[in-house]
Amino acid sequence: MSTAQRTPVFSCEDLHVYVDEKEIVKGVSLEIYSGEKHALMGPNGSGKSTLAAALMGHPAYRVEGNILLGGEPIGDLPANERARRGMFLGFQYPVAVPGVSVASFLRAALSARRGKDVPVREFRALMDDAFKVLNMPRSFMARYLNDGFSGGEKKRLEILQMMILKPLFALLDETDSGLDIDALKVVSEGINRAAGSETGVLLVTHYQRILNYIAPDAVHVFMDGRVVRSGGPELALELEERGYDWLEPEAARAAGGAR
Amino acid sequence: MTSKERAIADVNTDYLEKYGFHDPEEYLLRTPKGLSHEVVEMISRYKKEPGWMREIRHGALDIFLAKPMPTWIDPSMLAELRFDELYYYMKPLGKLTRDWDEVPERIKKTFDRLGVPEAERKFLAGVSAQYESEVVYHSFRADLEKQGVIFLDIDSGLKQYPEIIKKFFGSVVPAADNKFAALNTAVWSGGSFVYVPPGTKVEIPLQAYFRINSKNMGQFERTLIIADEGAFVHYIEGCTAPVYSSDSLHSGVIELIAMKGAHIRYSTIQNWSTNVFNLVTQRAKAYENAIVEWVDGNLGSKVTMKYPAVILAGEGAHGEVLSIAFAGNGQHQDAGAKMIHLAPNTTSRIISKSISKGQGRSSYRGLVKMTPGATGCKSHVECDALLIGAEARSDTYPTMEIAENDVSVEHEARVSKLADEQLFYLQSRGLSEDQARLMIVNGFIEPFVKELPMEYAVELNRLIELEMEDSVG
Repeated sequence: MSTAQRTPVFSCEDLHVYVDEKEIVKGVSLEIYSGEKHALMGPNGSGKSTLAAALMGHPAYRVEGNILLGGEPIGDLPANERARRGMFLGFQYPVAVPGVSVASFLRAALSARRGKDVPVREFRALMDDAFKVLNMPRSFMARYLNDGFSGGEKKRLEILQMMILKPLFALLDETDSGLDIDALKVVSEGINRAAGSETGVLLVTHYQRILNYIAPDAVHVFMDGRVVRSGGPELALELEERGYDWLEPEAARAAGGAR
Repeated sequence: MTSKERAIADVNTDYLEKYGFHDPEEYLLRTPKGLSHEVVEMISRYKKEPGWMREIRHGALDIFLAKPMPTWIDPSMLAELRFDELYYYMKPLGKLTRDWDEVPERIKKTFDRLGVPEAERKFLAGVSAQYESEVVYHSFRADLEKQGVIFLDIDSGLKQYPEIIKKFFGSVVPAADNKFAALNTAVWSGGSFVYVPPGTKVEIPLQAYFRINSKNMGQFERTLIIADEGAFVHYIEGCTAPVYSSDSLHSGVIELIAMKGAHIRYSTIQNWSTNVFNLVTQRAKAYENAIVEWVDGNLGSKVTMKYPAVILAGEGAHGEVLSIAFAGNGQHQDAGAKMIHLAPNTTSRIISKSISKGQGRSSYRGLVKMTPGATGCKSHVECDALLIGAEARSDTYPTMEIAENDVSVEHEARVSKLADEQLFYLQSRGLSEDQARLMIVNGFIEPFVKELPMEYAVELNRLIELEMEDSVG
């Protein structure tokens, strides 16, 4: 795929993220083009989730550096504005909102994304499609958002939202965690469908497993707040075999170089 | 600015914009300011009441004067209440009518703004709308009359069915029950009287709309609802009050009597302006296998004290209170419920939800009592408080008096803060912060809203939306 003359759908440049003045993300630059799927892999506690939440605009984080969505700077916008412009975050731990039905929430979200109300018929058709792909019963429409959902149900609902909202760029934070192998297949199929050939995806994960179902165009290894190595799909397999330890000298070098 | 405008602005500018409208005041009779035996006499004579009712009023006034203010609340709550500064009875211009066309134009406009006629067109069985102290508009469908259902303003009820009123008036809430019940018994005016004959099911809810429309006006409605054996009725009362320049008092007494196997549901959404003291005694008596449900929503007011109660007097009776309270800046919602289990195998359920926003304060104050011999009783209490902002406050004062071993009592209390993580989740899907906040609050009260008829649910959601508009945590 030729990307030379195109603008990345998402990019960030020398991104630093601070939580209470503690630096968690220490200078990250990424470029993802329309239709590309990148994996960001790293050990627990490396700052992956912080990076994802900060990119989405979580108000608890202070961010330095540029973030562009479709070539436009979005670093100063609140989360809802980023969402309206086509950014999506699939949460590692989706939050329950008791009393709010999946249907009413998603209809409000889709209306926000489009900037106008969504006709009921069209909304229902979209939902029916998504339910089918994700092998979920329609009764989910009436359930309260993530309230009493199992881990797997929550993850499916995240991907269902991605299918409905059709983002330009989707950050998926450990979408594979807590899924058994069957659920993983279904969710992966959902991600592939939702992404289609247009959406850019950054798959944040600890394990290589999900990459058996979602072929990444690029793999980035993320350790101690930095991307320490980038490569093709073969890098994920190497991580699976050797773990993260062998890259520690590289991480140390990166940290040293930054100082 | 005129002094009147300034006074209104002082109360709550926001409220004025949202609900504040009031008509020029025109009265046939207004008693002098303050409370005395003369005022009580004047009210009773003007209404041409029987002597026994007049005696009840005078006796109640003596009780009111002798009783101290409640000692179990924070004394500052009622410190600004000045009994001597209030008018206790006003008779508006215009006669009792039941045909909408005969309602005076100005009053009609007021109801138009409240949406009453439209609601009626849709599904009202009868409207008993209290305008000041008198019911000016009262209608109900012919099929109800055919069923033998009585739905009147209580003054007319006293004239037409004195024997029923005499038998039940004050039988559930006696004048001596508390200071405000005594006050109401002395100066009561307006309210509804409902009697449903044995075995009769009233399919469509009966509705009444109450409204205070004059400054310094105390409104003392008195409602008496009797469902005879095996009968069913759902009564709905809602309030939207305009703004006044000084504190107003609303002190109603609501008595429900559910005979053997009867079922009464009483639903109310009250939205007083933020200068009103809303001190209401709501109590029901449930006989054998009867069911009484209070569905109670409290918004607005300066101070609300309200603890709907069910006395479970007959075996197998069931009582239920489902309530929400919304306390915004400067408001104190002291609400709760009481369940008195006097008979075996009686059951009760209390679900109380409160939202405190800004510097608002809400309290749950509840009592579950099981007397000796009331075996096999069950009670379940759930209190759920949502705090919005760092200064919002919620307190829980549950009292359990259990004098029997063979019973089951459960109590759950939760206080939650409107969580940043919930807000971020919804915002990450494109909802603005205000939209997200409103969605969370609406979700919180959903278990309450779904118990309301559609139109009230819509109205409540709209009121909550208005309340939330300025809610910067």
